Amino acid sequence: MTPPAPVESRTVRPVGPLVISIEGVTKLYHMGDETIHALRGVSLEIHRNEYLAIMGPSGSGKSTLMNMLGCLDTPTSGKYEFSGQNVASMVDDELADIRNREIGFVFQTFNLLARSDALKNVELPLIYAGLPPQVRHERATAALESVGLGNRVHHKPNELSGGQRQRVAIARALVNRPSIILADEPTGNLDSKTGVEIMELFEDLYEKGNTLIVVTHEESIARHARRIIRLRDGLIESDGPVD
Amino acid sequence: MNEILKMAFGALGVNKLRSILTMSGITIGVFSVIGVMTAVSALRGSIETGLSFLGSNTFQFAKWPTGITGSGTDWQKIEARKRITFQQAERYAEIMKPYAEVVCFKVFNNDSLVQATAGGHKTTPGVTFGGTNEYFLIANQYSIEAGRNFTGGDVDMVRPVCIIGQDISSKLFPAQNPIGKTLKANGRTYMVIGTFAAKGTMFGQSEDDIIMIPISRYLMDFGAERYSVNITTQAPSQIAYNATMDEGISAMRVCRGLRPEQDNDFEVYSNDSLIAAFAKIADVISAGAFIISAIALLAAGVGIMNIMLVSVTERTKEIGVRKAVGARKVVILTQFLVESVVLSVTGGLFGIVLGTLAGDGLAMFLKVSIVFPWGWALTGVIVCSVIGVVFGLYPAWKASSLDPIDALRFE
Repeated sequence: MTPPAPVESRTVRPVGPLVISIEGVTKLYHMGDETIHALRGVSLEIHRNEYLAIMGPSGSGKSTLMNMLGCLDTPTSGKYEFSGQNVASMVDDELADIRNREIGFVFQTFNLLARSDALKNVELPLIYAGLPPQVRHERATAALESVGLGNRVHHKPNELSGGQRQRVAIARALVNRPSIILADEPTGNLDSKTGVEIMELFEDLYEKGNTLIVVTHEESIARHARRIIRLRDGLIESDGPVD
Repeated sequence: MNEILKMAFGALGVNKLRSILTMSGITIGVFSVIGVMTAVSALRGSIETGLSFLGSNTFQFAKWPTGITGSGTDWQKIEARKRITFQQAERYAEIMKPYAEVVCFKVFNNDSLVQATAGGHKTTPGVTFGGTNEYFLIANQYSIEAGRNFTGGDVDMVRPVCIIGQDISSKLFPAQNPIGKTLKANGRTYMVIGTFAAKGTMFGQSEDDIIMIPISRYLMDFGAERYSVNITTQAPSQIAYNATMDEGISAMRVCRGLRPEQDNDFEVYSNDSLIAAFAKIADVISAGAFIISAIALLAAGVGIMNIMLVSVTERTKEIGVRKAVGARKVVILTQFLVESVVLSVTGGLFGIVLGTLAGDGLAMFLKVSIVFPWGWALTGVIVCSVIGVVFGLYPAWKASSLDPIDALRFE
């Protein structure tokens, strides 16, 4: 295992108000006759301007928790409040709205629209937010500049490198000024050098006051965060600051 | 909405060949109905205005019905009818004298194609050649350009004279005055006493390619026993039309020696009956085209649904991304619905353009005025939109109902 990133130079910023509050959340899946307890009672709080890593082996409930935090899924039981709103009882369209306003997603496989250029990809959340074209254009351009792609706005995904694609995805996650940015194995499809660059970009975003949640199984990636939550068998095994 | 339309065109542009193939089903369906409707309305318009070639307030008696009749005609019965002789026609005119002055007799060539010659010149074969009397002008809406009309004397004296149309005049007597010259038609010689003013074309046939001689002369030269006379009667006014026709039918029955219990052994037709007969045919053709189109469009609609389902499956991941960044169900639904409507309506528009071109091409071939079938075109667009919505609804609903987690995980 590679040694952790240079921890000594890092600052831990004071946290802001409560964003996410989860209490006793469970999630059951039915696979044929079998019932799978993906989460067996998880409680946690996330504040604004935290930098959090969620770790765990496969089958630990890590993906389920991420989907729940990302408002892609609702718990079977338990309490989930996002900025004071009760997510647990929301219907699909309400979840869509909260994802649009409050959450920026960064995926392992980038998940850009192949036919659209970088600018159009970044504009996508703003289209669904119903913003006028002029505003969309300005904000998307600014977001691309902030991730260092000001000169690549009209490139399509297949004209960009893996690292550049992930930067487009990060710009898309940032563009609607969400409360949290949720990254699922953001360096999983990148070589280690590009991975380091992406993690530096995350560090930069954190310094600017964003709230980051990184889901990973790599210890070296997780150690970039300020707090690590480890899951095992659907329960939180440990939750604490990076030592 | 603008954004959604752009997305739809973008998505369809990715699979150009597939989109075009899917659209072609709709195009064919719309093409067939629009093509037929355009041709039919062009013909209908032309018939309704152009049928005045029969002259106003006229009705005709003939052995044979017109070429356009509905089904169920008993051809054997008609075949068995005796021809209408010149003597019967003259007697009819005599009886009708108190009711109608204009009674036109006509017989037309039914041998092989007629070619007329004069000096070293000759016409193309297929000249309209027939015998008539002085009322031909009124009954058929011709007028005299130069020279004179037939007189009762021409018919009574069986004179070998003729009146020719402008096409004949220009071919046989180029840059000359034809009056007083002679021409040969069907092996007989006739002197030109007049020319008809130009009339143009009707159903692709020139009405100026015509030579008429006195009916008595025609029957003498070519055999009275081989021809049945057509009789056109003009009522003195629109008001007297029905009464005159009733008188005409009784007079005709007398001339034909029919007993009261016997049916008419001749056809009666008028502008109205011709229009009605055409309308009947047109309706049958239209209904046929309509049914074929409906079946074609149904098949095309199923094709659209199929391709949209394929598209939804292919783009599952894209749908997942769109949902993750906050697309509501209705937005995804609309996006796919717009795609299928665009597909359908674009196909329909091609069909309308091609159908109109084909229909009007036929209209131009038949030398009738061209039309743009606005009503049918609009109906076509509406029907295509409905097809797009109906057959796109299930795939679009399927897309909008995808679970974002499953969709994102889809490979």
